[in-house]
Amino acid sequence: MTEFTGRLIKKGNASGKALVSRKPLSFLGGIDPKTGNVIDRESDIYGESVAGKVLVFPYGKGSTVGSYIILWLKKEGVSPTAIINESSEPIVCVGAIISDIPMVDKIDISKIETGDDIIIEGNKVTLSKG
Amino acid sequence: MEGNIAVGVNMQLTKEEQSIYDGEQGEVLQKAMEILVALGQIYDAEKLIPIKSVQVAGVSYKNLGRPGIEFLEWWVEHGADVKAFSTLNPAGIDLKRWKELGFSEDFSVNQQYIVDLYQKMGIVPTCTCTPYELGNLPKFGDHIGWSESSAVSFANSYIGARTNREGGPSALAAALIGKTPCYGYHLDEERMASSVFIVDAKMTRDSDFGALGVLAGKETKKGIPYFRGLPDMMSYNFKQLGASMAASGSVALYHVDGQTPEARTRNMIAEANEVYAIEDLKDAYAYLNTGSEKIDLVSMGCPHASMEEIMIISQMLKGKSVKVPLWITTSQATACQASSYGYKDVIEGSGAKLITDTCMVVSPIEEFGYDTVATNSAKGCYYMQSWCKVRTRYGGMRQCVDAALTGRWSE
Repeated sequence: MTEFTGRLIKKGNASGKALVSRKPLSFLGGIDPKTGNVIDRESDIYGESVAGKVLVFPYGKGSTVGSYIILWLKKEGVSPTAIINESSEPIVCVGAIISDIPMVDKIDISKIETGDDIIIEGNKVTLSKG
Repeated sequence: MEGNIAVGVNMQLTKEEQSIYDGEQGEVLQKAMEILVALGQIYDAEKLIPIKSVQVAGVSYKNLGRPGIEFLEWWVEHGADVKAFSTLNPAGIDLKRWKELGFSEDFSVNQQYIVDLYQKMGIVPTCTCTPYELGNLPKFGDHIGWSESSAVSFANSYIGARTNREGGPSALAAALIGKTPCYGYHLDEERMASSVFIVDAKMTRDSDFGALGVLAGKETKKGIPYFRGLPDMMSYNFKQLGASMAASGSVALYHVDGQTPEARTRNMIAEANEVYAIEDLKDAYAYLNTGSEKIDLVSMGCPHASMEEIMIISQMLKGKSVKVPLWITTSQATACQASSYGYKDVIEGSGAKLITDTCMVVSPIEEFGYDTVATNSAKGCYYMQSWCKVRTRYGGMRQCVDAALTGRWSE
């Protein structure tokens, strides 16, 4: 079990399996808001579903409409349960806040792999290898 | 020292701000505060500062779509009401004449609904990208929270007010709280120019300023340019130069030697700076002129036309008839005034249209099937080429009017 302390973006508690992308992620055009599936063919998690996962990626990119896509995912019930970034930017952070999705950044995400069990409490991230 | 609000948050908040952050004053203010604090975290702000006004972007249904509407509905349903004087960016249609102009009913109904949602939050539905023409006019040194890149550039540079380049949601959050995180362009030391452009190119046409902006924006990217060697500029020259650099780069502030207010009060060039010489504007004109000689539509008023521009264009059109559609976009308020002064009759008497609330950048222009659009806006060329998939011709007001009168582009 490993513990990280990050910077709080959206406070809250959550847990779930990690889904890790090593590439910057665009929500608009990158994730289908109705299914939660990653539809960006350039993405290293193409075809995976973000629903119910702790979504881990370096930072967001693309259109600012991405914030609203995160809200749409939440409304459809297929949003990630939490978001962890290396260094967050306004698109994803605004999306997480308006959608009530706990979010932390300034975490060394190279230590996290897809399938790891993650617990988030405020700015604390606890990781158990899956 | 005021209390540290939550573990992992580095900003200092006042008791009042902390109470909002903790949700003691309702969900709307809490969410708005969470957005401001998160942005403050990301950009290392130490505190929030009060702002005089807000310009809210994120209005066109083309960009917002259904998810954007749901976002706005949430705020309205929870009783959101702005604290700072706030004006609204352009919509995707002319809100009054959409049917006559051929916009689809579905798009128009959704668009009007979005504008209504904003008005319910207390935002004046000006639907313009030039709020400073309609009384959202900060003074030198004022802190403001604006979105809309061209307006941000104008307010920072021409007026000397202070704003970061906000997005739609962060501007809305700032409007609801009446504050913004203090970082970036709000700080003296962050307003110094990182690049100096020595302009040797002859600046004789009004289009030369937008063209210069293409070159300077590409070189400067997110930095701050300082221009030397520019002739005495009109306000619409500043508007075009700034809008162009905000599209070709992410320039939110620039200085013009001897002309912009900060450059007249103190040295605005950082010690570490790069110097560029602009010998001519050929590359910029080549980049902006991708279209055919045959013109399908002429579009002016990006950013929205001022009374001065409307008067100039109406004089050029007096007693003449256009061969291809000429759209001049501005705010409802300015069009109303132009109508009472007689300029609108002259413009529309030529067959041209004075269109309100929207512009070529945010309207669903691709639905009209144009191949080549002529414009006096370098910013317009950028967005029309990328988002709207049309080719462009770029020149000054005179050239654009001539193109409308003849249907052909001539150098």
